[in-house]
Amino acid sequence: MSARNRELVCLIPASLLLTAGFAGVFIQRSNVLSNVSLTYGAIFLGLCVAGHVFIRMTLPYADPYMFPLVALLASFGIVMVYRISPTLARQQAQWFVLGLVLFGVTIVAFRDYRKLEQYRYIIVLVSLGLLILPRLPGIGYQANGAYLGVRIPGLFVFQPAEFAKVGLVIFLASYLRDTRQVMVAGARRILGVTIPPIKYFGPVLIIWGLAMLIMLVLHDIGSSLMFYGGLLAMLYVATSRLSFVTVGLLAFVIGAWYIGTHVPHVHDRVDAWLHPLDAQLYNKVGGSYQLANSMFAQAAGGLFGQGFGEAALNIPGGGPLLPAPQTDMIYAVITDELGLFGACAVLLTYLLFVARGFKTAQLSRDSFSTLLAVGLSAIFALQVFVIVGGVTRVIPLTGVTLPFISYGGSSIIANFVLLALLLLVSDRARREA
Amino acid sequence: MNVPIARLFGVIVLLFALLVVWTSRWTVFDAGALNNDVLNRRTLIDELKIKRGRIIADDGTVLARSVPAAAGTYTRFYPTSNLFAHAVGYSIAAQGRSAGLERSRGDALRGVQTGLSSIFGQLTPHRVGDDVYTSLDPKAQRVALQGLAGRAGSVVALDPRTGAVKVMVALPDYNNNHPDAKGVGVSTFNRATQSGYPPGSTFKVVTATAAIDSGEYTPNSVVNGDSPKTISGVPLSNDLNQSFGPITLTKALTYSVNTVWAQVAEHVGRGTMTKYMKRFGFYAKPPLDYPPEQIAESRPYSPTGRAYPPASPREDIGRIGIGQGGLAVTPLQMAMVASAVADGGKLMTPRLATKAVDQDGRTVQTYKPSVMSQVMSPSTAAQVTQMMKNVVEEGTGTPAQLGNISVAGKTGTAQVGIVGSNLTQPWFIGFAPVEDPKVAVAVTVERSQGGFGGTVAAPIAKQVIQTLLSEGQ
Repeated sequence: MSARNRELVCLIPASLLLTAGFAGVFIQRSNVLSNVSLTYGAIFLGLCVAGHVFIRMTLPYADPYMFPLVALLASFGIVMVYRISPTLARQQAQWFVLGLVLFGVTIVAFRDYRKLEQYRYIIVLVSLGLLILPRLPGIGYQANGAYLGVRIPGLFVFQPAEFAKVGLVIFLASYLRDTRQVMVAGARRILGVTIPPIKYFGPVLIIWGLAMLIMLVLHDIGSSLMFYGGLLAMLYVATSRLSFVTVGLLAFVIGAWYIGTHVPHVHDRVDAWLHPLDAQLYNKVGGSYQLANSMFAQAAGGLFGQGFGEAALNIPGGGPLLPAPQTDMIYAVITDELGLFGACAVLLTYLLFVARGFKTAQLSRDSFSTLLAVGLSAIFALQVFVIVGGVTRVIPLTGVTLPFISYGGSSIIANFVLLALLLLVSDRARREA
Repeated sequence: MNVPIARLFGVIVLLFALLVVWTSRWTVFDAGALNNDVLNRRTLIDELKIKRGRIIADDGTVLARSVPAAAGTYTRFYPTSNLFAHAVGYSIAAQGRSAGLERSRGDALRGVQTGLSSIFGQLTPHRVGDDVYTSLDPKAQRVALQGLAGRAGSVVALDPRTGAVKVMVALPDYNNNHPDAKGVGVSTFNRATQSGYPPGSTFKVVTATAAIDSGEYTPNSVVNGDSPKTISGVPLSNDLNQSFGPITLTKALTYSVNTVWAQVAEHVGRGTMTKYMKRFGFYAKPPLDYPPEQIAESRPYSPTGRAYPPASPREDIGRIGIGQGGLAVTPLQMAMVASAVADGGKLMTPRLATKAVDQDGRTVQTYKPSVMSQVMSPSTAAQVTQMMKNVVEEGTGTPAQLGNISVAGKTGTAQVGIVGSNLTQPWFIGFAPVEDPKVAVAVTVERSQGGFGGTVAAPIAKQVIQTLLSEGQ
């Protein structure tokens, strides 16, 4: 079977899941199975098929599993968002359409994605600018002590970090392609550890500085970890030097510890992470209420979950029981309703997508393509780790989205661009192979 | 660059494994602790979403049912409000509070399942509780309530053959739709099960049982009924200081002669008296299907209000034998005394609920009658019954007479308040028909202005017995 036919067949589970999911939510809502659930399923399947036909025409050799995996995640996401709020799900569907359009635009505009390298300095400047935006007075806003959003009054709200992550990966892939040989060549061994010349630590230092800046400026450990980890992963693949990673991680831990203990907002987050069930922290504004209730929600889910639409999200006649269920906390809602098994299925889907990304990187013939695919896959994986890790208390909680599942236009669009770039790299790599 | 990529993927797999481990922690390993955490309001919200079963009276009257409220939750509605407020109680799931049957039969009402059905219960997340059927009789309950006519007091009626509670009235009462409303004549304190009243002469039934069943006396034993007599070193008089001379125990019960029964109690002794009191259920909370925190023990107390241990040498057993000496009882306990005599000496465990029925009409649980204790031999029971029958036929209990149905009973008139205040607590305990007892009652009224058990309590008992018997109990 050709790659594209495999892709088409793989879309079937996504559409089935979508229809079944909507049916489940409808039954729970009103005890009737409305044909609206089938309509939703059909429209969504239509969009997926449109995306598939487009890939068939433009990228015939691209990886056949990535798009169906994303369709699976997105269809699952839209069911979850619908279950939380039908209004948000309608908006999410619109974002999904816009995401698909941008996905097409990216593929058409950067058929030869290597020309992105020409714009690398513009891209990095724009990306850094985007990262700073939320701190600009007037348009930036703060949520839970972290600065991650930009609001243009009356127009839209968006999260620039979602776009910045793609830009930074493109820049670093291009930069490392040029410098990777030099960085390794000048290295010498001291006490059995390979130490590159100090001057080539430059990029590491810059990345480290960037991560610290994110933490200081945006008050956000999670985003910082996501960027830093993604870029460090690229550095490791580019140089094959574990010493870079070791030194880099050490520097990050020290920096994170210092900032975590000295910047009040970050400190609050760390406190909530360490003692979520402390009654005082629980009742404090910006305390551990959200995290504690995330844990309670997961406990309520158990092994198999309570079923679609069964999780308690609001206190009857009161406020939210689980704040931000459609964005930050969507993994907790998934665990509540589908249990440990459902949550593991979601994580496995992400892991499969990341595996396809890495496979693409291995198949690529030139360093830029490899580094680009590695960077995009790694930062995608780390985004999942940061938000799920935050919700499950592996690391302090951060307000990043769960890619393709959480509600949010920026996230959907940026991740569709990410998917487009990965498919472009993949098409080229597999055509040559 | 393929080796570092493979290693990197290994690291990502490791990170995701970490996520799975942590998710397992909250969903499985720590789930129990998290579900029970004090900060966790989910259990409470789940509770709100359960459609609790109905509570149903003997004649099918619905005493409690669930009505839908906001966001898939339910609240409780009590159609009979005050009438059965004490027995039924209330349930406020939002605050995790409940009382009465709503509390004691909460598991059935919430549909808590056991065994095999709990596995299938997983498939139906919308929990619907079971209906709980009770033996409560609305008609007799109303009659009892009318009999008290707004006076503080209590009426308890049992079926002596099964222990089924037919009537449980306590005034003041409250509207269980609004359990927190305060006001004059409003109380959630259930006098039927929680009060500590002096039983007065009704307790002589216990003393008579101990005397006869222990073999120390017969109904025809003669004791000197002169007044006063020195009991525990302090003179004790009969009503109006009347002296009866040597009389039989039957006569002494018929005319409620204090000096005779005090001497009998002293002669029988602390040990034997305590043994029989325990058999009747004193010194322990009656095992009624009612919240233990809403049930009081019936037992003697010291003048300073401390509970005497059973058979304490400091208690005045003579005065306890006539229902004084610091004895504090609940109307439920006194109804149990009447019930034990009525049922041939066999005390049935009192109970409110008879069965639990699920939404499909299947009886999921039957609360079968059980014997609580064999208080006395059947022959003793027959003799004490005969004595109590005399009380109603020709003694202090004549107002309880019921035409051609013979009633056995005992009156009591405890002195309350300061000496000379003329405040009394009238009592009547009894059962009918004597040949085949179907109803046992205890009636008491608080702070009567000089009223007697015969004149104040007996007429109420008579009406309740009449109502219950006319229903073909």
